[in-house]
Amino acid sequence: MQKQEWNRCRARRGLLTCAAASLLAFGAGCGGERTEQAQEQPGAEGGAVWKPTGQEGSVTGKINFQGQPPKYRAILMDADSVCAAQHSGPVYPDSVVVNNNGTLRNVFVYVKSGLEGKSFEVPSDSVELDQEGCIYKPHVLGIQARQQLKVVTSDNTTHNIHPIPKVNREWNVSQPPGADPIMQTFSRPETSIPVKCNQHPWMRAYIHVMGHPFYAVSGDDGSFKIEGLPAGEYELEAVHEEYGATTQKVTVAANQPSAADFGFNAKQAYGPSSLKMMPALALSCCAHGSD
Amino acid sequence: MAGHAAVMEAPTGFIRKYIFSIDHKVIGIQYLLLALFAVFLGMVLSAFMRLRLAWPEEKWPLLQQIFPQGFAGGPMTPEFYLAMMTMHGTIMVFFVLTTAPLSGFGNYFLPIQVGARDMAFPILNMLSFWITFVAMAVMVMALFATGGAPIAGWTSYAPLSALGQVAGPGLGAGQTLWIVSIAIFCVASLLTSLNFLTTTLNLRARGMSLLRMPLTVWAWFTTAMLALLAFPVLLAGGILLLLDRVGGTSFFIPGGLVVSDQLIPHQGGSPLLWQHLFWFFGHPEVYIAILPGMGVTSHILSTFARKPVFAYKAMVGAIFAIGFISYIVWGHHMFMSGMSPFSSMAFSITTLAVGVPSAIKTFNWLATLWGGQIRFTSSMLYALGFVSLFVSGGVTGMLLAQPAVDVALHDTYFVVAHFHIIMGVAAIFGIFAGLHFWFPKMFGRMMDERLGKIHFWITIAGVYAIFMPMHYLGVAGALRRYAQLTEFDFLRPMQPLHQFITVAAFVTIAAQLIFVFNFFYSMFKGKRAGANPWEATTLEWIIPSPPPHDNFGPIEPVVNHGPYEYSVPGAAKDHIMQTAPAEEARR
Amino acid sequence: MPLALAFFFWAMALITVALFIARVWWLPELASAHGGAIDDQLVLTLVLAGIVFFLAQAALGYFIWRFRARGSERASYWHENPKMEVTWTVATAILFIGLGIQGNRVWAKYILTQAPPDAVTVEVTGQQFAWNMRYAGADGKFGRTDPKLINDANANFLGLDEADPAAHDDVLTQNLMAIPVNRPIGVILRAKDVTHSFYVPQLRVKQDAVPGMGIRVTFTATKTGEFEIACAELCGMQHYKMRGRLLVMSDADYEKWLKDRAAAQ
Repeated sequence: MQKQEWNRCRARRGLLTCAAASLLAFGAGCGGERTEQAQEQPGAEGGAVWKPTGQEGSVTGKINFQGQPPKYRAILMDADSVCAAQHSGPVYPDSVVVNNNGTLRNVFVYVKSGLEGKSFEVPSDSVELDQEGCIYKPHVLGIQARQQLKVVTSDNTTHNIHPIPKVNREWNVSQPPGADPIMQTFSRPETSIPVKCNQHPWMRAYIHVMGHPFYAVSGDDGSFKIEGLPAGEYELEAVHEEYGATTQKVTVAANQPSAADFGFNAKQAYGPSSLKMMPALALSCCAHGSD
Repeated sequence: MAGHAAVMEAPTGFIRKYIFSIDHKVIGIQYLLLALFAVFLGMVLSAFMRLRLAWPEEKWPLLQQIFPQGFAGGPMTPEFYLAMMTMHGTIMVFFVLTTAPLSGFGNYFLPIQVGARDMAFPILNMLSFWITFVAMAVMVMALFATGGAPIAGWTSYAPLSALGQVAGPGLGAGQTLWIVSIAIFCVASLLTSLNFLTTTLNLRARGMSLLRMPLTVWAWFTTAMLALLAFPVLLAGGILLLLDRVGGTSFFIPGGLVVSDQLIPHQGGSPLLWQHLFWFFGHPEVYIAILPGMGVTSHILSTFARKPVFAYKAMVGAIFAIGFISYIVWGHHMFMSGMSPFSSMAFSITTLAVGVPSAIKTFNWLATLWGGQIRFTSSMLYALGFVSLFVSGGVTGMLLAQPAVDVALHDTYFVVAHFHIIMGVAAIFGIFAGLHFWFPKMFGRMMDERLGKIHFWITIAGVYAIFMPMHYLGVAGALRRYAQLTEFDFLRPMQPLHQFITVAAFVTIAAQLIFVFNFFYSMFKGKRAGANPWEATTLEWIIPSPPPHDNFGPIEPVVNHGPYEYSVPGAAKDHIMQTAPAEEARR
Repeated sequence: MPLALAFFFWAMALITVALFIARVWWLPELASAHGGAIDDQLVLTLVLAGIVFFLAQAALGYFIWRFRARGSERASYWHENPKMEVTWTVATAILFIGLGIQGNRVWAKYILTQAPPDAVTVEVTGQQFAWNMRYAGADGKFGRTDPKLINDANANFLGLDEADPAAHDDVLTQNLMAIPVNRPIGVILRAKDVTHSFYVPQLRVKQDAVPGMGIRVTFTATKTGEFEIACAELCGMQHYKMRGRLLVMSDADYEKWLKDRAAAQ
């Protein structure tokens, strides 16, 4: 085990665990430190790290919505009086939130293709996920692979944070009131990772892990803006947890803003469930690969 | 017999002599050392559990340094607690309570006590140990697995244990390694039991009829029969569970499960099937842990009371009856599981029936003491402690055997108290008794009696202080496998009792260092022991301490007497060796 | 040494039994109709076990002291007494089997009782880590559910199919259950993910909720007030926090509560 790796291991998993892990080196196939090692080299995907030239363009747009949003039962929060006490009125699910101007909130828009061959620096600042009133804030967030996710709690009750990814490592950590923030990273790009609290089953957030910094989430006016894109042709994708994904092509010119609006339709009175099937043959030991 | 002679050639190289030895005595000591490591590991894990149970919200900065995830934010996390609990139970049951009394002492003394020069299959014997060693290594890996150590308890109930990481931390790689380790362990135990049975049936010395065998041999023999039939069932169950996890099968996973919002694409399995398979193994396993202790206790009580074992034949019959009935009582672990209530009635009666041979044994032990001349060696103290603990842990079985009463007591600390006293602590006392008794034979030196007695006193007082209060907790409804008992109003008032138990546990755990010191110090610096320091009668005491490689050297032992001929009226000495000439028989 | 050990066993037995008799820690106060018989059987067995325990420890201590080695005296060569052996074998067999039969009668009476048609039916579904309660509502019929429709984030914890007319008036709560006092209650126990166990200490009710099964439990609460529902089968990391509240109230209060809940959702 190299010194650098050792220190990282120690910080995350503790002295004894690391000592044992290095002793039981033949368990490394499951320990998985190695796969991550390769991932952590900047620019490992090939090509030099991309540097902005000051000539970049941008994409703006909004997410239109047509039809009747589904009717949900209120989340009553009987399960935990600490949660219930923090809300005066009924709380409704964040799954489909239609803004007053008829646009859709919480849609994740990102550059799906057009950046091949480029690699991007991992930002040094962290992305924060807060738990407040037993609701995740924000409901949808984007993060770059290997960027720090900082999970904080503002609640006076114990939560557990349980992202359920397909290609990244699954983790599940409890966080009692007043506990230190939980720092985690995702090593590979992956969209729509659901995050769950098993103590408060209604809590859910979505994390989108990107290989680049070009993404945005539609806000309370339904608009989004992706800045700093180098000139070129791209495919954008907009993802919504209930209504799925839709893509469109966009051309970005140097120093120019481009426009790309998306539209979603409410097809049914109550939308398709966002339940996803578990891969039947997921080898829990090795399929998830990285640590 | 040419092959036999070759085996009897004492090996000279270090590796053949001490590592890959085929000498049953070396293998026995290897098992004991493995169990010693395991018992300390298991005990440290229990210390973590007690720490959290007593002070669940306290922050431990020092421990946080060592386990940044297990103590994230300061207090121990519940998943860390459950991992400690799971690994404590597993390591103690499999690698201590199965390994030490059966494989450890049995390996060393069964061949000698029946007058054999080695086990029937020495190479198989070596393999058994090293397979067990691999199982232990894999279990330790599970402790440090990515995603945490398993948290499903030593019973690993499906579907919790079958679903993978999605069902909770530690249920990914950790749980897989756990199952693999247990499966490997089953194979090893199966091979060991074959060896024990064959040796007992085929390699007895001339004159060693079945009813002249010491009760220790009877206990190991019966235990081996239990192991032979119980471990394959767990092995099969373990493989099915592994297939459910990694092979996409659905033996234990019913259709339509939704775990953390993930629809599980399995259907047709039954969670109760795992419970049946597990407990079909699990209940005989309890007796695998305790039967050798019963044998050792009978043996030692007789030796130090200087009296024959009372009702030897009844004792043999009781061992057999317990062994047999132990196969038809497993359902009493499942009264609240949703099993048919009529099954519960049948299992209730069989379970109470197992109390009859158990009571016979207790009566016979007391009767063995009656009229004796008790010598209070530390070995005898542990054996007396065993009797006391066996009674204390046994009577509570009367309550837990009844489904109606189990409604109140199932999965409470009452159960924890019951099985810890009877299969944990009593079995450990059996091990301590055996160790102090046979140490001079194994290492040629005596253990320090004074240290042994100090250790006995702290331990017996400690274990009663730890486990007796758990009965009260259980009656008051305190649930086991709770990472803390302060979340419920009806549990909170019991917190002071939990703190008392924790303090008692820490003192008792610390006192075990006395034993470790005594063990290793005596191995090198203890008083030299003669061939028969306790004036006992069985075959191990006619040969030098420690015994030579082929046990009996030039002697061909011929047995003329029963195993417990103490204080025979008219005899020259107060004990008659089993090999003494027939004329010394009582008139 | 012998006297000290004898004293130890006597003292240990005495303290243990005394603390039981004093009921320093005891069963939670009873609040159900069937629980009395369970308590009686528990106490009866506890008394018998206590007597056996105390006598055995006392005898052990006494023998240790009485038969300590004295000089070079020889022990007696007494090692069988068939009459005695048969006596204690038969006596223990009668005691244990008798106890078993008596216990089974109590068990049968409790477990084989079925909820009468006018019983209040509540479906309780365990999940990591909450109890989902469902009342059939005004139509007395539970709506259709489908695991594929389960979406916790949308507050559809049970996969209720809103397209089914019977589903609309189903009343759902989480970790909160109200029942009327002195009326038979039929609980249907289910589990969504792993095995849980429905335990209300004061009611003397404990039953595993097993995935894939719908297990029925029947009881009648005899006291009003608030009780706790605990999970008694290890179900994951926050098993210790799987706490529900059980409100036992008068018939009128219960009907009003149910109406209010139906309106709130």
